[in-house]
Amino acid sequence: MKKSILLGTLTAAGLVAGAATAGTLDDVKARGTLNCGVVTGLAGFGAPDTNGEWQGFDVSLCRAVAAAIFGDPTAVTFVPTTGKTRFTALASGEIDMLARNTTWTFSRDVDLKFEFVGVNYYDGQGFMVPKALGVSSAKELDGATVCIQTGTTTELNLADFFRANNISYEPVPIETNAEAQQQYLAGACDVYTTDASGLAATRATFEAPGDHVLLPEIISKEPLGPLVRHGDAEWGDVVRWTLNALITAEELGVTSANVADLSAGTENPEVNRLLGTEGNLGEMIGLEPDWAKKAIMAGGNYGEVFEKNIGENTPIGLARGLNAQWTEGGLIYSPPFR
Amino acid sequence: MTTTTDPQPASFRLSMLLNDTRYRSYTFQFIALIVLILFMSSLGMNLVTNLAEQGVPFSFDYLGSPAGYDINQRPIDYNNQDTHLRASIVGVMNTLIVAVLGCVTATFLGVIAGVLRLSNNWLIAKLMAVYVEAFRNVPVLIWILVIFFIMTAALPSPSAFRGDDPASSMLFNSIAFTNRGVYIPWVQFENGFDSILVVPPVFADTYSISFLGLFNINMSLWLVIITLLCGIYMAVKVAGFIQQNYGRAFALLPGFVRLAVYLAVALGPAIIVYAILLSANGAESERSLRFSLSINFVVMLVVFLLSLYVSRLIRDWAIAKQQITGDLPATWHMRIAVIILPTALTLFWLGAYLDYPALRGFNFSGGLTIRGSLIALWLALAVYTGAFIAENVRAGIQAISQGQTEAAGSLGLRPNRIMNLVVLPQALRVIIPPLISQYLNLTKNSSLAIAVGYMDVTGTLGGITLNQTGKAIESVLLLMIFYLTISLSISLFMNIYNNSVKLKER
Repeated sequence: MKKSILLGTLTAAGLVAGAATAGTLDDVKARGTLNCGVVTGLAGFGAPDTNGEWQGFDVSLCRAVAAAIFGDPTAVTFVPTTGKTRFTALASGEIDMLARNTTWTFSRDVDLKFEFVGVNYYDGQGFMVPKALGVSSAKELDGATVCIQTGTTTELNLADFFRANNISYEPVPIETNAEAQQQYLAGACDVYTTDASGLAATRATFEAPGDHVLLPEIISKEPLGPLVRHGDAEWGDVVRWTLNALITAEELGVTSANVADLSAGTENPEVNRLLGTEGNLGEMIGLEPDWAKKAIMAGGNYGEVFEKNIGENTPIGLARGLNAQWTEGGLIYSPPFR
Repeated sequence: MTTTTDPQPASFRLSMLLNDTRYRSYTFQFIALIVLILFMSSLGMNLVTNLAEQGVPFSFDYLGSPAGYDINQRPIDYNNQDTHLRASIVGVMNTLIVAVLGCVTATFLGVIAGVLRLSNNWLIAKLMAVYVEAFRNVPVLIWILVIFFIMTAALPSPSAFRGDDPASSMLFNSIAFTNRGVYIPWVQFENGFDSILVVPPVFADTYSISFLGLFNINMSLWLVIITLLCGIYMAVKVAGFIQQNYGRAFALLPGFVRLAVYLAVALGPAIIVYAILLSANGAESERSLRFSLSINFVVMLVVFLLSLYVSRLIRDWAIAKQQITGDLPATWHMRIAVIILPTALTLFWLGAYLDYPALRGFNFSGGLTIRGSLIALWLALAVYTGAFIAENVRAGIQAISQGQTEAAGSLGLRPNRIMNLVVLPQALRVIIPPLISQYLNLTKNSSLAIAVGYMDVTGTLGGITLNQTGKAIESVLLLMIFYLTISLSISLFMNIYNNSVKLKER
């Protein structure tokens, strides 16, 4: 490579091809389906069900975006990505958006040239240990063997946490959640660490979930959200405002059950603007006037999606906590539709 | 009178480049080369320009920033504050460790299986046939995973060794087999020498050429690399020259002296150029390249090599004696003593003792840890490649005419000695060339390490570093250069060995 470039100085100084940036939204519309990068399988967040249909919290966002564009929540091609392959898949254009519990960090946003369009789950990194170990705090883990998913921010947080507390550990890097689970259950590692939501989801699939405890320490901030490539702000807007539409819908009490009635017109101008019966927000973003209505009908508003996939009545059993609406003491907050 | 005139020597005319068949092919090859270069450079330019336009310029600067992640198997000391470069070096060493272990084990397994497959014992021959077919025809990744999962599931976890009445106990009270790895006792030195920390100097400032403002070409570094390549080429030529003209005299020198001569020719010029550039460019210590030199190890190595040399002298003396008197004096006891005694004395002098692993906290500590990931990868690569080597060995043996065996038999040699003294030395000539490519395969297959979480160079540089920095092109380029270098080096050394055993035609 270097050699050819060196030789290139002699001959090919003029051969410069510019990077062409076409509109992703136009590409998606022309293709007829949305290519959405998801996790390879994490119960509640993104996994195929018994019929092979992808289901989950992150998957629902892909469906909502597809519904907003095409009016059809099934017009999605799901591309399973690992922690390692996800960024390459997005940067290369193999997928249009990534909804795969990905942490929003400075370097990913700025250095890797991605655009995080919002946060759909506020998470933090936790530890799971077998009850039999008798450990009650992560600070007692000196010398422990820790299973981590490689290629994630958890790897770096883990190193920071143990260094800050001046204790040692032995990392066991693992590619997927399923392998990590297998290693952890066989006792090949003492501790499994990943986002607390992921731990809860993994524990829910164990035969005896009660034998394992999540330690109280949450060692990092992990704002998880969907992301797109830098440099196509129009496409970023579509994904950002679809997420915001779901959040606003919950705030305004618009659900998948009543969205059809409400879209006939209401007294509340913000609901009208959201659902496209007033103003021209749809036109501004390059979609149909009722784009948000279709997105909400795809899987319900943010709260419905949460309850259906990872809420307290599911095996995952996550409380809303930080992910409650700002009106109820949480951090979920959408800018106004105006 | 007739005059014969010599035909005029055809003077070269430009039109002959097209019209003369002798030159025409050169013309077209030259044109094809130019087109190829243009095509490759346009691809390269395209890449570099696009990267620069996306705001991620082509650069290796990221190697100098802190890695931030930890690695479990560290042949050299490393912590998460070290640079990505250091993490890559740790990965390189892990790759080399598994490649060397794998090649040695595979050769061992392959030779045994290949010889036994030709055994007259029906059961043994068939068992070996089953081994070869089973391992040769299933992908190596499957074998890696199978061995890893069996180890994880079948062996006890360290907690099973805990308590007054533990479920598992250590073998001979010293070796613990767990699903995290095998813990064995290891030598420590009570009053040994302290290790020396070596921090190699690098260029503080370099002669760089900026290429269209897109990236810099470090000319100092390339000068050293090119000198190194020239040195290696020279060493190969020198080796051939010595072999041809002074082969006999040179062979009398001890092995390490011969090796030193070759190394001096190969590395000498590069080291001199490096030193000159260092003094011209200014030197600074590079912490990423630090390593600690164990004096204990060096002392042991020197003592061992010297004893080997003395042992060889004794053998030469015995053979010389046999030439004169016809009797071969029994020297085996002397040779064993010469090898073992100095080593044992040095160990005693350094205060060597065995450090036993013991269960402390969550894990065993002390002794030497051989992690499950290394064992799975090592075993799988060894048995898989061993099956191929077995076939090479079988082919080599069968290539030796049956008449050789019969002739040796009629001289009264036993089957064992026929194999060792007559058949195998000749078979080596057939075995070595395909063996080289098996070694290359094994080394390249070691990049499957990430499947079991073994942190080789594909796992560190091509995995975590690539992922955390997003420098995919640069990292993959470095990986390619590394594997290319390793493969060519293995090839070089094995070809030298091949030249020394191949049939000499004079």
